[in-house]
Amino acid sequence: MPDVQALVNDFLNKLKKRKIEGSQATAKQTAELLRSVISQQRVPYTNQAGALIDSVRAIGEQLIAANPIELAVGNIVRRVLHIIREEDLSLTTAAVTELNLSTISDDDDDDGGGNQDDHPVLSAAAVAAAARSSLRPPSLQMLLEGAPEFVAVPRSSSSGGDSEGKSKSMDRNSRTRKLKHDVIEAVNELIQDITTCHELIAEQAVEHIHQNEVILTLGSSKTVLEFLCAAKEKKRSFRVFVAEGAPRYQGHLLAKELAARGLQTTVITDSAVFAMISRVNMVIVGSHAVMANGGVIAPVGMNMVALAAQKHAVPFVVLAGIHKLCPLYPHNPEVLLNELRSPSELLDFGEFSDCLDFGSGDGSPLLHVVNPTFDYVPPKVVSLFITDTGGHNPSYMYRLIADYYSADDLVVQRRHSAVN
Amino acid sequence: MKFRSLRQIGFTDYAPISSFFPSSAVAMGAQKKGSSRVTEDAEELARNPLQAILLADSFTTKFRPITLERPKVLLPLVNVPMIDYTLAWLESAGVEEVFIFCCAHSRQVMDYLESSGWHKQPNFTVAMIESNNSISAGDALRLIYERNVIHGDFVLVSGDTVSNMSLTHAVKEHKERRKKDNNAVMTMVIKKSKPSPVIHQSRLGTDELFMAIDPDTKQLLCYEERGEHPRGAISLENSLLADNPSISLHNDKQDCYIDICSQEVLSLFTDNFDYQHLRRHFVKGLLVDDIMGYKIFTHEIHSSYAARIDNYRSYDTISKDIIQRWTYPFVPDVRFSANCTTKLEREGMYKAPEIQQSRSAHIGPFTVIGKGTRIGDDSRITHSVIGEGCTIGSNVSIVGSYIWNNVTIEDGCELRHAIVCDGVIIKAAATLEPGVVLSFKVVIGREFVVPAYSKVSLFQQPTAQDSDEELEYADSSSGAIDPSIADAGNKLNGDIVSESSQIQDWSTSQLGPGGAGFIWSACDGGCEEEWRHSVAPIPTDQLAKALLAIEEDSEIVKVSDSALTPSGELEPGSDDDDSDNMDDSNVDTVDFEKEAEATFLRAAQDNIAVDDLILEMNSLRLSYNKSAGDCTGALFYPMMKLALESPHNTAVELQKNVASVVSKWHKLFEVLAKEVDDQIELIMKFEEMCLESTKEFAPIFSQILYLLYEREIIGEEAILRWDDERKDADESDRVFVKQSEKFIQWLREADEEED
Repeated sequence: MPDVQALVNDFLNKLKKRKIEGSQATAKQTAELLRSVISQQRVPYTNQAGALIDSVRAIGEQLIAANPIELAVGNIVRRVLHIIREEDLSLTTAAVTELNLSTISDDDDDDGGGNQDDHPVLSAAAVAAAARSSLRPPSLQMLLEGAPEFVAVPRSSSSGGDSEGKSKSMDRNSRTRKLKHDVIEAVNELIQDITTCHELIAEQAVEHIHQNEVILTLGSSKTVLEFLCAAKEKKRSFRVFVAEGAPRYQGHLLAKELAARGLQTTVITDSAVFAMISRVNMVIVGSHAVMANGGVIAPVGMNMVALAAQKHAVPFVVLAGIHKLCPLYPHNPEVLLNELRSPSELLDFGEFSDCLDFGSGDGSPLLHVVNPTFDYVPPKVVSLFITDTGGHNPSYMYRLIADYYSADDLVVQRRHSAVN
Repeated sequence: MKFRSLRQIGFTDYAPISSFFPSSAVAMGAQKKGSSRVTEDAEELARNPLQAILLADSFTTKFRPITLERPKVLLPLVNVPMIDYTLAWLESAGVEEVFIFCCAHSRQVMDYLESSGWHKQPNFTVAMIESNNSISAGDALRLIYERNVIHGDFVLVSGDTVSNMSLTHAVKEHKERRKKDNNAVMTMVIKKSKPSPVIHQSRLGTDELFMAIDPDTKQLLCYEERGEHPRGAISLENSLLADNPSISLHNDKQDCYIDICSQEVLSLFTDNFDYQHLRRHFVKGLLVDDIMGYKIFTHEIHSSYAARIDNYRSYDTISKDIIQRWTYPFVPDVRFSANCTTKLEREGMYKAPEIQQSRSAHIGPFTVIGKGTRIGDDSRITHSVIGEGCTIGSNVSIVGSYIWNNVTIEDGCELRHAIVCDGVIIKAAATLEPGVVLSFKVVIGREFVVPAYSKVSLFQQPTAQDSDEELEYADSSSGAIDPSIADAGNKLNGDIVSESSQIQDWSTSQLGPGGAGFIWSACDGGCEEEWRHSVAPIPTDQLAKALLAIEEDSEIVKVSDSALTPSGELEPGSDDDDSDNMDDSNVDTVDFEKEAEATFLRAAQDNIAVDDLILEMNSLRLSYNKSAGDCTGALFYPMMKLALESPHNTAVELQKNVASVVSKWHKLFEVLAKEVDDQIELIMKFEEMCLESTKEFAPIFSQILYLLYEREIIGEEAILRWDDERKDADESDRVFVKQSEKFIQWLREADEEED
């Protein structure tokens, strides 16, 4: 698949060079890339889901390593893996009913037995296991555990039961096409979700923003912009304070955009947030990622705003599209919480070049400039998350995440390296 | 793919025409004709891919002895070869086709590029141009012109450039200028960076640069390096001032050695076959030559970073800039080339995976540790870069050093501000003093102390060295160096050092027991200047010396001030002093006198030697921009006050006091008041004192005058001229002249007698 490889390399390059800005764009492009990977992937007769999962995971690992700070990439990779598993599961369930096989009575040791015996019945056992797990709520379907993979190995090596195998593979062949088709359909849906997440979130604006309120936000976020404008369109009249968001000052852009859309806007410095917060009815901000514990990774300065809001009991509302939900906890070693950007955003190199002359003194630089991109906002200071499925408490986030991701995929990288 | 085929067609189209006519103008005409087929000129420009020429050879010897074995562009900079920084930047800046010119060690450069995967990048073509007999950038560009591969504006950089600037803006500017003025052939990228006022070199260790730029058009009018003008005086042509309504002069700009050039630049090099150096010959040649009227413009970058590794000091500085992330996104924890993942931890500590670090080892801030390195107990590492696969023993101290790959450092070693190349072994308890460079596979013996600024290599220093910098690397290609070295180099690359003859050499090595390598003597001419360009910070005694030299320098400038100014010479640095002076010279005078008095009294109290006081007064005088006359006046008053304050009852005793004080300090005035004018000033000051502040001296004025004459503080001529001046003055002003009439009379008589 030279075409896919070229696409992957191109995207990897963009990620490495930090050329894609914004998690929505990244998420969408990741999903589109994975869709083409899946459609190009030649699926074997057996274990089609396993093959798809492996290829997606291999590419996902590269993508995550290319820009570990952009968590949306990992999120989408995990979502796609989850979609494959789900589709496979629903097909298996359908197969079970079609074949009308009875489930094996022994529920507890079917896994162990499946690994040891070389018996064609095993596939049925796996099917059964899958069917059984499908009866449970999808958020707890950890029992799938790559059962099809385990089944496939003994099947292909087994010499006996040829005819039976053949008939089944024929059957699977049709299922293969079906699976791939279904998965691509589902990924398309995901892409659709990502593109429309702004609108879905913005629809809820009128429920949260009331007449004559004062809203405070920090920096610039497309979601926030759409959210505020949606409320404006519903004839709500309210005022917006925009903290400028040093050192990138994206708040200026947001203020310009808001004013252009006819909203009463006031720009304040970041350091004036505490002074202004007592006049604010609600803080609405965007985020970079939402962690499994409900903590938020957001542009730098957000924690300060959140603490100010908490101090004055102002609701602190975080808007997050589904692609921003990250199934990892902030204390996980894989999670890179921050990225330090160039100090030149803070100060002018030329003016300070004499402080950076390493020829004098003992050769160690006396002036350090730290320019972090993100803040971590702990869940206890967040009042509400608004995602495209509605408003949620920070404590509910783990549950939402369990719906979207499969527990097997949480650690994409480590699993892979262990296999190697 | 589409691009490629288009370009291919274009290429074959133009090539025969332009090779037919060697002159550049015709070649351009041919281009124009070609483009007329395309409907719009702008469209053609837009479609032309941006090309770059990357010189993978520095044509200097500054990195010897390391560059004897490996080309400079492949030397690791924070664990990534320098050329990767340049290529990654060019790629991200939108350059689509790069021609890498290599000469020395071209095989190694090619092998590296083959293995590194730069060839596989989409929308980014890397082509090699190899030469065996180029000895300068000029030769390289002439060769590239012959190859006829450049079809439009191109970016000219060397392979040791680190930058993150966006080229699009600069290229657009250049193209727009070209449309208006066909003579604008080059745009130079500059960046503000203040040079050190003491040693007159930039933070990158290059000489202070002086540029004259038209502030409106950004045209470069003058480009001078301080190194060529040792006295710090630079002359501007009169026509420069006459022709340009405004000129801004800068000494705080750094030349980034990134040039956006038009095609003519190549043909200019071909036409002027004696152009070798890009700056010294080409830029200056264009600036001086006003017949062709070619113009060079500048483009200043502010927020982005650009610098070139020219010497060991810039290697150190740029490494630190990278670690401090000024070069973002080209920093160790972003994988911009084939480098492995590195994690940034607190306080700027970068760690690659698979590091074995003892729990008691201390790794300080701003340190980079490469993959698979082992660090033993109680070792301390700060402000350093450690490469891959190094083994560091216990109790090792490493400060500000650059250690490349697979280096073994045994227990108890101490390294300060050193560069240690691949495969070096430093045996137990050895010490590297600041500024040491150990080339590949050198072995340092037990407890050996490598002296500061020494360079150690397995190769012997080439004996007959060309003093001309341009003729670097000539050796490896033309065989000017004795061939045994080149042979040995090849063998070394094959990883074998164990030749029997060499082993014998090493047993009686200069590097302690078990050591292997030769210590190079400092290259001729530059031995005192070694500290300027080394990795080590500048030692304080050198700084002090430089400070002193400046004082002396400016003294000379002051003395010859009047001679210099009319001829249009400027002394950089002193201009703002002058303007200050105009406004508040009065305030300054009072301040200066107070300061001088305080200095003198302190000297008298602490019994400071007269010579030291003279030095101090000189620097004080310079800092306030005063003449020597002011200085003596200011000193005379406290001296007399000193005499007055010591106990006395009669005028005679006072006179004795004055005599003793004067005898003690007469040397001071001898040095400071050499000129007759200064001495007259002194007499008048004394007069004033006698009239106003210290009337006690009035009765003994003539005696003291005689005393001063006797001590040779005041010359005969000065007294006589003072007398002459006072002849027409009021009676009241002539009190003291009258008082010393006898003395003056005597002087005149003595004078006549002599005649």
